[in-house]
Amino acid sequence: MRLSLTTLKKYLNTTASTEEIVDKLTMIGLEVEEVEDLSARLQGFIIGEIRTVEQHPNADRLHVLRVFDGKQDLQIVCGAPNVRVGLKSILALPGCLIPKFNEKLEVGKIRGVDSNGMLCAEDELLLGEDHTGIIELNTDLPAGTPAAEALNADVVLDLNVTPNRPDCLGVKGVARDLAATGIGTFIDSPVPEIKGTYESPIKVKIEDETCPIYTGRYIRGVKNGESPDWMKKALVAAGLRPISALVDITNYLNIAECRPLHVFDADKVVGNITVRPAKEGEKMMALDDKEYTLSPEVCVIADDKSAQSIAGIMGGVDTCVSKDTVNVFLESAYFVPAKIAKAGTLTGAMSDSRSRFERGVDPNSAIDDNARATQMILDLCGGEPSEIVVAGQTPDCTRVIDFNYNEVKRLTGMDVPEDEMKRILISLGFGVDGNKISVPSWRWHDVSLPADLVEEVVRIYGLDNLPDAPMRADTLPIGSLLPHQKREVSVRRAMAERGLNQAITWSFMDSKLAKYFDSKGVKLSNPIASDLDELRPSLVPNLLSAVKRNQDTGVQDVQLFEVGPEFYSDKCGEQRLVACAVRAGSYLPKAWNEQERSVDVFDAKQDAISALMAADAPENMVVYKNAPSWYHPGRSGSLQLGKNKLAVFGEIHPRILKAFDIKTPVVACEVYLDALPPMKQRANKMQKEFKKSQYQAVTRDFAFVMDKNVEAQKLLSSIQNVDKNLIQSVSVFDVYEGEHLPEGKKQIAVQVVIQSMEKTLTDAEIETLSQQILNYVAKNTGAELRK
Amino acid sequence: MQEKLSEIKKATLPAIEKAKTLAELDAIRVGVVGKSGSLTGLMKELGALSIEEKKTFGAAVNIVKNEIMASIEAKKETLEEAELNAKLQSESVDVTLPCRPQHIGRIHPITQAIEETLTIFAQMGFDLAEGPDIEDDWHNFEALNIPPEHPARQMQATFFFDNKNMLRTQTSGVQIRTMENKKPPIKIVCPGRTYRRDYDATHTPMFHQIEGLVIDEKTNLANLKSVLVEFFKLFFETDDVKVRFRPSYFPFTEPSYEMDLGGVMARNIGKEWIELLGCGVVDPRVLKNCGVDPEKYQGFAFGIGMDRLAMMKYGIKDLRPMFEADMKWIKHYGFLPLDVPTVTSGLSLNGGKKCD
Repeated sequence: MRLSLTTLKKYLNTTASTEEIVDKLTMIGLEVEEVEDLSARLQGFIIGEIRTVEQHPNADRLHVLRVFDGKQDLQIVCGAPNVRVGLKSILALPGCLIPKFNEKLEVGKIRGVDSNGMLCAEDELLLGEDHTGIIELNTDLPAGTPAAEALNADVVLDLNVTPNRPDCLGVKGVARDLAATGIGTFIDSPVPEIKGTYESPIKVKIEDETCPIYTGRYIRGVKNGESPDWMKKALVAAGLRPISALVDITNYLNIAECRPLHVFDADKVVGNITVRPAKEGEKMMALDDKEYTLSPEVCVIADDKSAQSIAGIMGGVDTCVSKDTVNVFLESAYFVPAKIAKAGTLTGAMSDSRSRFERGVDPNSAIDDNARATQMILDLCGGEPSEIVVAGQTPDCTRVIDFNYNEVKRLTGMDVPEDEMKRILISLGFGVDGNKISVPSWRWHDVSLPADLVEEVVRIYGLDNLPDAPMRADTLPIGSLLPHQKREVSVRRAMAERGLNQAITWSFMDSKLAKYFDSKGVKLSNPIASDLDELRPSLVPNLLSAVKRNQDTGVQDVQLFEVGPEFYSDKCGEQRLVACAVRAGSYLPKAWNEQERSVDVFDAKQDAISALMAADAPENMVVYKNAPSWYHPGRSGSLQLGKNKLAVFGEIHPRILKAFDIKTPVVACEVYLDALPPMKQRANKMQKEFKKSQYQAVTRDFAFVMDKNVEAQKLLSSIQNVDKNLIQSVSVFDVYEGEHLPEGKKQIAVQVVIQSMEKTLTDAEIETLSQQILNYVAKNTGAELRK
Repeated sequence: MQEKLSEIKKATLPAIEKAKTLAELDAIRVGVVGKSGSLTGLMKELGALSIEEKKTFGAAVNIVKNEIMASIEAKKETLEEAELNAKLQSESVDVTLPCRPQHIGRIHPITQAIEETLTIFAQMGFDLAEGPDIEDDWHNFEALNIPPEHPARQMQATFFFDNKNMLRTQTSGVQIRTMENKKPPIKIVCPGRTYRRDYDATHTPMFHQIEGLVIDEKTNLANLKSVLVEFFKLFFETDDVKVRFRPSYFPFTEPSYEMDLGGVMARNIGKEWIELLGCGVVDPRVLKNCGVDPEKYQGFAFGIGMDRLAMMKYGIKDLRPMFEADMKWIKHYGFLPLDVPTVTSGLSLNGGKKCD
């Protein structure tokens, strides 16, 4: 909220400097986001008085003036139509920074005549929008007086008022808070006594619980001219535009006292006023020049014909006041915040009234503020008031809180003397009777519990007084990460160690691309962009987009990974944690000492295995050829424990690469961390005992020839299974297909390491084992030793 | 004979000295002590001498022989050394050539900062809690004392699904889930992705928060202040840390505060205070919503924006590249895989050294 110090000082008697006020506001919870000092902007400008006016010799529309600056006459060329002898205006001397152009004024020649300064229009000083002529000062101040003084330049503070403090959406509330800090004294605005001389011809009835009380008053014979300068200034400072006295009064009381009001042109109101739910589909043209289509959840102020105002939000065009308005009907009511918020959301209409009512206007102020507004109308527009019209009644907004003063110490650790607590509460308008604290009606929406009172006391007493109270762990923690959380950390580090760079990409993506990834259609109802409209069903697509972006900037070889959630439903918790890696282009950069090659499926497989090992997955996983559709069907697979799929890996399907417009090969793996079997508990990390054989290890090489479609995995496990005690390892050192082999066959050469824990094996024993291997392999895979 | 002996010595020692190769040296050795070597010949002549002469002359021959052999040995070592040096010289390579290429990946600075943060809070005895990214109205709003139509809902532009669930706008929902499932004392931190419908230079639709919650029978605002001061000292690795609490408003804490950070981190960017996080004493209504007795239990909660904290600590100017997966950016700002944060050794090194 924008607040001018001039307006503030109508409610706060203070000698504090701007800086002190700003500091106090911030430290009591009314954060000052910006201080706008108009006088700073007017630095160097003074009052100038026109002594003579002559026609410019070379231009019809220009005049040559002699302007007195308090010491001497300056020759100035001016194009404004309103120049005349004796007029005082704002004079910019050479060197002054003209706010509108943000440029310094220089001495110049205009159409061949020297000009030594400039008389300013409102807009050039950013004081308003007027550019029809130079500013006309109606002042007794002599020429040479600083302009800031002449214009009564104000300081405007931009406050960030939190939603719990609607009372501070009025200057009065801010002043009351400041006064409680001791920076000044609060000046309450009196409630004038209005003597109505007749009964209002417009009656009011309420048919909607949005409105507990509605007060009105008929004022006849008003004259709706311009509002006085002080009010215009207050409005401009608050960021509002002065319109006419009647409108300005309602706006002024809104910003000054958080009192939304409305005035109807009484002559345009048909019959009486009813506060009622809008009819389904009822239409109203509002003051923001938009037509609103309403529904019964929206409360309206209607005359006998139709809705004339969206209650608490915005008036209608049909009954709004104009320059010619003579008779008005004033509205001062209370509307229930939740209802206004709902109506606001439904209509989408924004206004200063709405923002106040939906946060909560003082429920007990409708009648008093009716009087305050009436008095102001009478003062500025004249007229004759009717008696007040009241429908409904002030809601019960009394509240007494049983307050144990020790709560302050208990919840904050701060020692505040009880007397001081009482003083603070009283100065904020609370009633204090021992432990019984009554809440003022303007804080009724916000303060209901002892904790709320603690907040009041503490913020005014000052947080500088908050003591230190270190909080050490009572016992040393046994690791604060759960085993599966530790797993995530290890996987990330392992993937980085594999040369992959960690990316963090959005949880959402483009639904047009999601369809390639087995989309479950988890769509946002209100995405921020059409290409970020669905929760990702896999981490692969966002990383593929990243590959594309990197390649577009010239980085062809990409190694990225991400550990994060993928989503398979819009229900809470229906997500799983996945570690995903992608590699694109060459495996390693071209180098003098390394053969260059493209990334392939085995890179992705190793990424998956490394991640799984880092996560302490069991070693007995089996490879299946059942990766999802976004992988190359012949160059992909999964790693499973029984039916439990722990990871998938492979080359990305060319169709997918095309959809992402990627030209290089890309491989990827996805590791489903949630699918891993639970980790060992902390107290059970003991390993199997390490045993070292004292006896010689023997290696034997075998070259098997077998059908092409027999998987290596089957060959290796067949060998291993011959004797798990003696066979220490089996490794593949050659794979061959082609010449010298029969059609449809391949050759796999393996090295087997044989070692006993108990003895040195004899040649005969090794020979027997070799024969067993040949027999077993032949039986299981049909492979034969190469002849 | 003596004469002969002197001659052999006189001829041999300079020859050894002059020998240029091991073969040459060996030829000299054979010429002197070989089967038909000059000294061997002389030894053979000893047999013809008297015992006395044998004694004297034999000794003399031995002395010369030893002298020559020692000289040959010494020369041999010299020549072998020279030969090895020559061989090694011939094997030399241009070591200024680059090594075999390798890739070493990096850890994202947000992750690093989160791990650093967790390390610190772990030391203070906090447990790590988790919650889902998709939340229901109860956990994201209602239980946190934000009923429907509450203006605070407007403060947080929320992403919704058709079933009225939403992407969590804050990690605070984890407070509720934790209290629903566990009796006090509770002392948790919860990192996670959070989402709001904002996208400009200083807001991204997804960001990271760490939520902290302590509920027991005695923890108060002064404890919160101390915990945060201690945290920031450890996190920024400096004692030059000040904090300031400004009253603010969050529906789930009462009283509520914004914490500003002062000290060296603020001065680094030319400010006295930096607005950093929201916190407060847990609102009794929230406790009640979770079945915790507010008369008996109390505590604090805070929420820290991790993206911003990582940016501050590591001098990252722009927010948006954090989520663009630009390889060059990650290599520049990321951390080496083994740079695992620990409190005792200083949280992290300075990442991004060129090593691949």
